[in-house]
Amino acid sequence: MIRLQQLSKVFQARSDSIRAVDNVDLSINTGEIFGVIGYSGAGKSTLIRMLNMLERPSAGNVTVADWNMADLSGRRLREARQEISMIFQHFNLLWSRTVKENIAFPLEIAGVSKQKRAERVEELTELVGLSGRGDAYPSQLSGGQKQRVGIARALANNPKVLLCDEATSALDPKTTDSILDLLTDINKKLGLTIVLITHEMHVIRKICHRVAVMDGGKVVEQGLVIDVFRNPEQDMTKEFVKQVTEPEETLDALKDILKSSENGLVVKLMFLGEDAEQPVMTDLIRTCGVAVNILQGKVSKTRDGSYGTLFVQLQGNKEELDKAWQYLQEHRVEAEVLNDV
Amino acid sequence: MMFNNLLETWLPNVKWDTLWEATMETLYMSVLAVAATFVLGIFLGLTLYLTDKGNLWQNKVIHAITAALVNVFRSIPFIILIILLIPFTTFLVGTMLGPSAALPALVIGAAPFYARMVEIGLREVDKGVIEAAQSMGANQWHIIFKVLLPESMPALISGITVTSIALVSYTAMAGVIGAGGLGDLAFREGFQRTNPDVTFVATIAILIIVFILQWIGDWITNKLDKR
Repeated sequence: MIRLQQLSKVFQARSDSIRAVDNVDLSINTGEIFGVIGYSGAGKSTLIRMLNMLERPSAGNVTVADWNMADLSGRRLREARQEISMIFQHFNLLWSRTVKENIAFPLEIAGVSKQKRAERVEELTELVGLSGRGDAYPSQLSGGQKQRVGIARALANNPKVLLCDEATSALDPKTTDSILDLLTDINKKLGLTIVLITHEMHVIRKICHRVAVMDGGKVVEQGLVIDVFRNPEQDMTKEFVKQVTEPEETLDALKDILKSSENGLVVKLMFLGEDAEQPVMTDLIRTCGVAVNILQGKVSKTRDGSYGTLFVQLQGNKEELDKAWQYLQEHRVEAEVLNDV
Repeated sequence: MMFNNLLETWLPNVKWDTLWEATMETLYMSVLAVAATFVLGIFLGLTLYLTDKGNLWQNKVIHAITAALVNVFRSIPFIILIILLIPFTTFLVGTMLGPSAALPALVIGAAPFYARMVEIGLREVDKGVIEAAQSMGANQWHIIFKVLLPESMPALISGITVTSIALVSYTAMAGVIGAGGLGDLAFREGFQRTNPDVTFVATIAILIIVFILQWIGDWITNKLDKR
């Protein structure tokens, strides 16, 4: 559906130039939810804006559906844009229009007749769960409701692709989840291809099929979300994975234990897929004779499986500890010792 | 009867039919000038905004020319502007006397002032909303008439309110050189013939007009502002 080839964008500042996007190659399949994650300044925003030519590439190709986007201009670009819609971090609704009028806006642009507009608006208001709020103005809505209007507006002309530019970054965690559920729902119901950029691994984990990690304008790592969780290669990726697998401040909380633990190993264990659901701990205690003190743990679900981390303190003599270590290795549990005895 | 006596005692020189006629002339000049200023000011303001750096019709030359015109006409004191425009007015209206003859000067004096307010109002429109419209495939006319103008309308209305009040005082100045209206009445009947009561009543009439304009402007602005 979408192909980026050697895509670059250089911003000319007064004295030097900034390579915001640097030689990016990506391909995104039809019906897929594809996530791009990176810190601010990584170039992800510029990247997504080149998909609908809000930003013109300095070099390289962007193909969306069958359009070679960089070649389009004027009327043909506007027609293409009606099939590649976008939602924004700050919603960008027209405050002078009601919910219904906002949703009708892209239909007006496309020249849809008044009666058909009304029908479509009704449909969309219901689809995004805003029935009854149609005559409210954006200023009377909560952030989540505003984004729902944004989504309804983006879907109005039956697009093939939906671009989400940090669509949940201005929302609280609960609202974020409800918006993400709505996006998953739309993706399933309409078979829409969704490209989203975010700095929150939680968003990727919850709804994406595949993910690309960006740093300094380059895609440093990409793959299926579960694979990236299992084997993050780059340090950057590891940090993002930590965002969801480790509760915040874990290491701070463990610091005291790490200092005072003379008689044991503090180990971080990572479980994946089915392993996350097996009684590894119980077996470890039974077969190796070590005492296990559970310090902290978390299991996260991705679309394709679970992923868990567990911080434990293993207590026992040297022999028992070695045996326990052996056991963990054999059971495909990734383990990392945080202190040295 | 008591009331009429009181009026005659306190305001002996006021001729009420003349006052009414002068008020109508002032209203005529103000309303027409406000309408024309609204249109011309929005046109100039849009030109200033759209040709500015980073906007839809970015164009250094047109921007510089428009800005220069606006600044020049905004800087000329109104009383001098009327005199400078006498040949133009005579060409356009056929005479330089009467309320209609004041209109060209009023509009040319007020429109640049209003154009700057329009420009400021348009700049307040969220760039993200314009971008959203572009991402939906909007063309430039959609952006001007469906985004820029409606989204800045409260600012445009409160701007024209301020401008219309300035215009009322311009009509008084125009009155002095023969346009008629309340300014003319206050100056000739009141000042030159030393009838302070006429000046006083003419002032009250102007104040009433200004208050009504302000009230209408505020009401519309509030009605439109859904932020």
